[in-house]
Amino acid sequence: MPEKPDRNAIEVVNVSKIFGSGEGQVAALDTVSVSIRENEFFTLLGPSGCGKTTLLRLIAGFDFPTAGEILLYGEDIAPLPPFKRPVNTVFQSYALFPHMTVADNIGFGLEMLGKPKAEIKARVAEMLKLVKMEALAGRRTSQISGGQQQRVALARALAPQPKVLLLDEPLSALDYKLRKEMQIELKRLQHETGITFIFVTHDQEEALTMSDRIAVMSSGKILQVGSPRDIYDRPAERFVADFIGESNFLKADVVGVSGGRATVKLSSGTKIPASLPDGFSPSGKVTIVVRPEHAQLGAASPSASLSGTVENIVYLGTDTHFHLRLAGGEPFIVRRQNSRGAGDGIVQGGQIGIMIGSDAAQVLKD
Amino acid sequence: MATAEEVAKAAERRDVRDRWLLSAPALLVIFLAATGPLLIVLIYSFLTPGPYGDVKWQFSPDAWLSVFMERDIFDDTLSLAAAHVTIFWRSIKLAVVTTIATLALGFPTAYFMATRSEKTRDLWLFLITIPFWTNLLIRTFAVLQIIRNEGIINTILIKLGIVSAPVQILYTDTAILIGMAYVYLPLMVLPIYASMEKLDFRLVEAGYDLYATRFKVLRKIIFPLVKPGVIAGSILVFIPALGAYVTPSVLGGGKNMMLSNLIELQFGQGRNWPLGSALSITVMIIVMVALLAYVRNAGKSGVRHG
Repeated sequence: MPEKPDRNAIEVVNVSKIFGSGEGQVAALDTVSVSIRENEFFTLLGPSGCGKTTLLRLIAGFDFPTAGEILLYGEDIAPLPPFKRPVNTVFQSYALFPHMTVADNIGFGLEMLGKPKAEIKARVAEMLKLVKMEALAGRRTSQISGGQQQRVALARALAPQPKVLLLDEPLSALDYKLRKEMQIELKRLQHETGITFIFVTHDQEEALTMSDRIAVMSSGKILQVGSPRDIYDRPAERFVADFIGESNFLKADVVGVSGGRATVKLSSGTKIPASLPDGFSPSGKVTIVVRPEHAQLGAASPSASLSGTVENIVYLGTDTHFHLRLAGGEPFIVRRQNSRGAGDGIVQGGQIGIMIGSDAAQVLKD
Repeated sequence: MATAEEVAKAAERRDVRDRWLLSAPALLVIFLAATGPLLIVLIYSFLTPGPYGDVKWQFSPDAWLSVFMERDIFDDTLSLAAAHVTIFWRSIKLAVVTTIATLALGFPTAYFMATRSEKTRDLWLFLITIPFWTNLLIRTFAVLQIIRNEGIINTILIKLGIVSAPVQILYTDTAILIGMAYVYLPLMVLPIYASMEKLDFRLVEAGYDLYATRFKVLRKIIFPLVKPGVIAGSILVFIPALGAYVTPSVLGGGKNMMLSNLIELQFGQGRNWPLGSALSITVMIIVMVALLAYVRNAGKSGVRHG
């Protein structure tokens, strides 16, 4: 991965946004702070209503924060109208101008900035080439497909060379195959243009494939910011672990903490090591999370971390899901990649041991 | 066995036939109420006036000649009918100014309505349509009550000490314009509102996002997209305004003759039905030419309908 410079493109400082007033007021964002680095593919991930789109609209200038500051390279842009911010948006619905051609749409921002005609023409041609739409420059936006509209929307937002590009669930209207292609396309565009991308999505897979860093949001708050690997392997809170990927949650007791790691005692009495969220030092009862592919199956023996009964075996081609019931009654899922060959003797209803490796468990804050 | 193509063709024929059958009642009414009388008017315009009104069934081009020309009663020479031209010009001018005034007032009104929440929109729509419930004459007299010398405006101005004597508004061109703008405003607001309501306001946001100021967004995005509504509104206002009768007479005091007065005169005291018919058709031609020019010109910069 290329070295990212440490400058912050966007700094959101203690921003709150409250809609409505009196009894019916709703806090869409609750004292949110986050820094987005220059030239970064940053994703705001969360379920609908978590405030991710509100945050994007505040950065774009379509709404104004109730409290807090939004800095663009150190300058507070929160009070500026959208047409004075060097930030462009790719809208979920694309919002292409239906009365203009593809080329006019792409050139609109430059025209509004008062750029000379020749420069606009050259830049539009360059953009058309970048999104591979040269052949359709003269078409009306109603005469092109959804995927093509998506490309035009991207080109239109990139043409004025914004300092930051905001993308509001731009892929949600595309079918699966096209979405996959566009994910790679977006990553390529971000790489080629070197523009900071802030991408809003509720799709964890999209977030994991494209992002340099992800902020997971819920109920108007940012719960965790980190690289896709961080977020997936070391979720700090139950919501994060639950929202991204599949998880096994286990009750455990902390028996010791040292150097950012803890030793926890499982319900079976076995002690295993577990990593801790940054700056968190728990004691007493905690919940730990183990990803289904991070646990191994073995014979039911005293050396196993846990033991249980096989309730169901789901064969999925590339891998198999083993739905287990632990001795204490909790469900537990183990995912194992399939190899060619005969079965391994695991049968429904059988007793089985579960091995949790030394780096598989993560303690949650809640 | 019929091929798929034949079946499709037969279905299409049936479809066309059904369409004609379904529209027959409407076409009949339109013919009886509009096209028929229009034909009669056209025929009358080429006949000779009867001594007590009505027409003599004798061909004469005189009516058409006297639309724009007048024959000197002494030496029989033809000259331009200055009076007719003046009246035509006055009416056209009033219709144009009324259209512009209602557009200037109606566009912001429609924008305001379209940007309200869904519930309040219906209320505003309701308020806009209220004047339709009242007779035109009554509405015109209501305006008269407001602008006359002892009316609301002048009373307030005098009470506030802004003027010492009442400002003469009634029986001036301003009075006519106020009345016309008031009467025809809903006809401008409604079609613009209908277009504006369908406008995707995310496009407005996209415009702001792409560095367009509020004025540029209005000119480059909102206006082109609601142009069909503006065109429809202008047509709906211009046509009746050209033939306005009650409002100019009541508020203008009948000092200046309008096209409608002129035509009415021919069928009444003037006892010249052929001239009245020829004038009516002339007005129709003017309207049609004006509309064609307007629509073609407005459509050029590219809004597609539908």
